[in-house]
Amino acid sequence: MGGYARFVWPSISLAIGVLIWNIWSARRHHARALLRATRAVAMARSEEQ
Amino acid sequence: MWTWFYRLASPPHVYRTAAALTPWFYAVAAVLIGYGLVDGLVFAPRDYQQGDAFRIIYVHAPSAWLSLFAYTTMAVAGAIALIWRIKVGYAVAAAAAPIGASFTLSALVTGSLWGRPMWGTYWAWDPRLTSELILLFLYFGVISLRQAFEDPARGDRAAALLGVVGVVNVPIVHFSVTWWNSLHQGGTVMRLGKPEMPGSMLWPLLAMLAGFMFFFGAVLCMRVRGEVLNRERQSTWVREAVKS
Repeated sequence: MGGYARFVWPSISLAIGVLIWNIWSARRHHARALLRATRAVAMARSEEQ
Repeated sequence: MWTWFYRLASPPHVYRTAAALTPWFYAVAAVLIGYGLVDGLVFAPRDYQQGDAFRIIYVHAPSAWLSLFAYTTMAVAGAIALIWRIKVGYAVAAAAAPIGASFTLSALVTGSLWGRPMWGTYWAWDPRLTSELILLFLYFGVISLRQAFEDPARGDRAAALLGVVGVVNVPIVHFSVTWWNSLHQGGTVMRLGKPEMPGSMLWPLLAMLAGFMFFFGAVLCMRVRGEVLNRERQSTWVREAVKS
């Protein structure tokens, strides 16, 4: 990297890290929402019984 | 026409469309980002002035572009929700905020790492850098304001309003290098004339820009699904969707 490796590689690593964080965070957000919805359905069902 | 518009923006339709689009967006993003990184880091020639340090552009420019695009998406979605009372607009605005904030942070840090060898400093109170920092604070403000209310509907409205007001900063960030004397280089791709870069450097950059946009589409779809589920979990269609 012509003497610039200590600037280039941390930049690339950070950007890739942000991409990975976004995937993980979006999946977690959706999974939690799905869990809450499932619990709400289960509670409604138990109240009906 | 309005009936069609409201049907298109109905939570079940948005939820199912987002679910269908997500894998396609991820696939296209992976191809474009993979090609852009390999071509940009390995095959593109080094810059005659900046040497290999210029390669930071392949992650810095897409991050900065996305920071503005995500904010505009958030503000437009918030405005639609405020004006036409379309609830999905609040969900899209809430979903776009953390994504935009993360890419704004990425743009600031990668820009800082590029600035050190080029300008001799990690940070300068330059119009472009300062307005981008204000953009990050606006994102934090919108996210915090949404969570500051006990009533989620009031939080949504307040955050959407701040998002709409703050959109004035978007053209300031974009045109700051033209309007004021700036350490930051001027536009290289989005020029009225021909781009200043040769094709061997430009193509991987364009691929990265497009790849980041598709990536944004994918994570936005996934977050919107979560937001819609959170807001609609008492509704019949969510119960049916969860049961199946």
